[in-house]
Parts: sequence; C-alpha cells; structure tokens
Amino acid sequence: MIRVVLPYHLRTLARVPGEVVLDIPSPVTVGAVLDALETRHPALRGTIRDHGTLKRRPFIRFFACREDLSLDSPETVLPDAVVSGTEPFLVVGAMAGG
Amino acid sequence: MSSVRVLVGTKKGAFILTADGKRRDWKVDGPFFAGWEMYHLKGSPVDPNRIYASQTSGWFGQVIQRSDDGGKTWSTPDGAAVPVPGEMPSGGASNRFAYEGEVGTHKFYDGTQHPWEFKRIWHLEPSLTDPDTVWAGAEDAALFKTTDGGRTWKELPGLRGAKGHLWQPGAGGMGLHTIVLDPTDAQRLYVAISAAGAFRTDDGGATWKPINRGLKSMWELPDPDAEVGHCVHRIAMHPSRPGVLFMQKHWDVLRTDNAGEEWREVSGNLPSDFGFPIDVHAHEPETIYVVPIKSDSEHFPPDGKLRVYRSRTGGNEWEALTRGLPQEHCYVNVLRDAMAVDTMDPCGVYFGTTGGQVYGSADGGDTWMTLTRDLPGVLSVEVQTLP
Repeated sequence: MIRVVLPYHLRTLARVPGEVVLDIPSPVTVGAVLDALETRHPALRGTIRDHGTLKRRPFIRFFACREDLSLDSPETVLPDAVVSGTEPFLVVGAMAGG
Repeated sequence: MSSVRVLVGTKKGAFILTADGKRRDWKVDGPFFAGWEMYHLKGSPVDPNRIYASQTSGWFGQVIQRSDDGGKTWSTPDGAAVPVPGEMPSGGASNRFAYEGEVGTHKFYDGTQHPWEFKRIWHLEPSLTDPDTVWAGAEDAALFKTTDGGRTWKELPGLRGAKGHLWQPGAGGMGLHTIVLDPTDAQRLYVAISAAGAFRTDDGGATWKPINRGLKSMWELPDPDAEVGHCVHRIAMHPSRPGVLFMQKHWDVLRTDNAGEEWREVSGNLPSDFGFPIDVHAHEPETIYVVPIKSDSEHFPPDGKLRVYRSRTGGNEWEALTRGLPQEHCYVNVLRDAMAVDTMDPCGVYFGTTGGQVYGSADGGDTWMTLTRDLPGVLSVEVQTLP
C-alpha cells in the first residue's frame, strides 16, 4: 500500500479529499507510483510530468522520508517505509510567495 | 425573457455573472478552479450549456475543462475524476497538446532560434455549428483543434509553416490569442499571434498566409513593413460582414475591407492608439470599441481616466464613453481577451480589468455599471445571450 500526498491544486483536480492510496507490485519505483497515480486519476496526466517525455515538470518536487527524490531516476526504488505505507510519497509544488 | 451569462477568467479562478435581460442586477458565482489561472472560457454558439475553459498553472501545466450544464459542474473531457469500476480509465489526453512533426524553431527574444515549447492555451474558439469542435490557440504559438468535445487535440501544423521561424515572442509570450471564424465559409479562419501578426486560411487550416500588408511597426521591427513579426493584439469581425476585420495592434487601430489583403489605419482622434481589446457592436457592423492605453511602457489609461472609445464610422472618428467609469486615479489595464458584446437589443458591452473590476453597459456603451469588483486580475471576458 503506497500513500501519495498531492498538493492542494492536484487534489482538487483529481477530486480526492486526502491521500491517494495505491497498490503497486514490487519493485515500487518513482515511475511506477506516477504511472499508477495517473491511471487512477487521468486528469493528472501532464500536470506532474510531461505527457510525451514523462519528464518531471520544473516546479514539481518528490519527497519521501525527509529526502528529496526529485532528481533521482524514475527507476529508483522507493524506501521501505514508503513501500510499507509507513511514510507517504509526497508530490510537492515548489515554494512560491514572499 | 432573454438573459445573459458573462464568463470571466481571472488570474486566480473563473467567475460566472448572470442577469436577466434588463442587465441591472447581477449574480456572481465562483470562484471556479480557485487558485488557477483561467485564461479563457467560451460557450458553444449552438449549445450554450457547453462551455470550454482553459485552466493553467506555472506548476501543473495545462488542463482543459468542460461544462455541459452552463457552468454549474465541470470535468476534464478525458479524465474521469472517479474511475468507473470494471472499466479502464481513459487517458487524460484532453490535457495534451503536442506539436505535430518536426517541432522546429522560432526566433527568440535575443534573435537566436529557439525550439517550440508548449506552455498554455490562451484562447478557445468553439465551432459555430458543432458543439464538439473547438479551436485552441497556444503559447508557443500554434493552433490546435478538437472534434470530440475536447477529449483529444491535434495541431494544424500548416500555420507554423507560414514563416514560423521568423515569429518572435512579445513580452507576454508568443501566444496565439485570436481565432475568428467566418460564418459564411467554414474553410476560412483568421488567427492572430503576438508577435507574428495575422494569418488566414481558406482551406480549413491546412495552409495559411500572412495577412499583414499595411501594418507598420516602426519601433518594433527593423523592417516596419515586414511580412510577419507584427505585434497584433486583437482582431474582431461582425458576422454579417466577414471580409471586414478590425485590429488593435501594439500601436495603431486598423481595418481591412478585403479579408486582410490590405489594412489601413483608422486610429483617428484616439488619445492613444495603443491598447489590447477591440470589439464590434452586435447590430451595427461599423460601430467598434477600443480601450486606449497610454503606451507600451505604461499599461494604464491616459490621464488615469478609464475610457472606452466608440466609433460609429468604422474608425477614424471616436468618442469617449465615460459615464459610470472611473475618471480619476485609475491605473488598470484591459487585456486583449477581456471585452465582449452580447446580442441583446440594445447591445451590451462588457470588459474586465487587471484590477479585478468587470464593467458592463446595457446601452451600447452610453452608460456603464460595475458588475463586480475586487476579483483577481481579469484575463478574459466572454458573454452568452441566452433564450
């Protein structure tokens, strides 16, 4: 069970009130989580990563277990705590404001 | 009794303003898509309850929304919010705008060549005859089309073949902001791009020609009479005279009487011929409206007075319309897509400002009232006249 936390605007777009819970077969990678998330919520396609290249959008970050995974390869296997559902996988909009 | 529905796109959401035919008392609904930039909303002329909206964000990119009930509820056309059990979810293709073929390059701010990169949809133009067909104007400039109600979009790449390598972004980006459909000829469309100019197709979008003869850009281009590169801000047409177009350019107000083959300046006695929107009265094809802005360096009305200018002679002779509009300390702008007219009699005229006010006139511009104020900066205004 993978818990995914989305930023406010993407929760609104996907019409989910809180965390998204996904069942993903091993190995649980960043790319696999995003694939499953977009399959469950197609409206999110293109909002986190580019439709064609699947490259992360510039102002989106991926955090888990206090680590920034944004620059890691999509094939990177997520930490055990995320795979077990103890810790969430965070999709974060880059900070803006003053 | 007829009623009107004004669709307002702002920097932080969309709003829908409604009134009966008297157009005195206004109800404001929204924000819809709160927090998102709503570049444009427009209803289908053949099905007013079908409304398309461009929702965009620097963080999350482009989303297309559609309503089939006049704006009460919305959904992404190819992205069911709640998957149907037992069915494969659809593909989210309604958010996808992919350039066709070799992407190619255009001229960048510094004069070097730069690859086309999709950023957002500036304008949506629903078909005059089919509620499932819509054209979409993109930044970086390109024209897309859907024929399945927004589920999928396909570029019409012939447009970028019209000397696209010489197009260059204006300060606001290289956006295709104007799409004008000829009601008498389904094969003829006009588009305008900042800063490339105006273009026309006579074969439904397969091939395009620049239609910029007569435009002069003394301070923006090394060749003031260049075939492309002009910063056209807006084009408007009256449906009864599809060969007559009116243009607000970066500087200059112009008209053509031969479908863009030749333009001539009609700025006349305007206090400034810089501005963004231009529109045509619904029942008087020679009555046009502009909102003069002081200059390209100072995007606010001259003398701090918000004045719509009306010409009843198709240009050259202009009168200031001021009743009900602020005549001191007003330093807002009115953006290119933020003016619209209804088809009531008398004709209603509406516009929104970067200060978040929406003004309307129920008498062709003679008097104005504030429909609402203190919205986020207004990006677009469209109006629907409902039975």
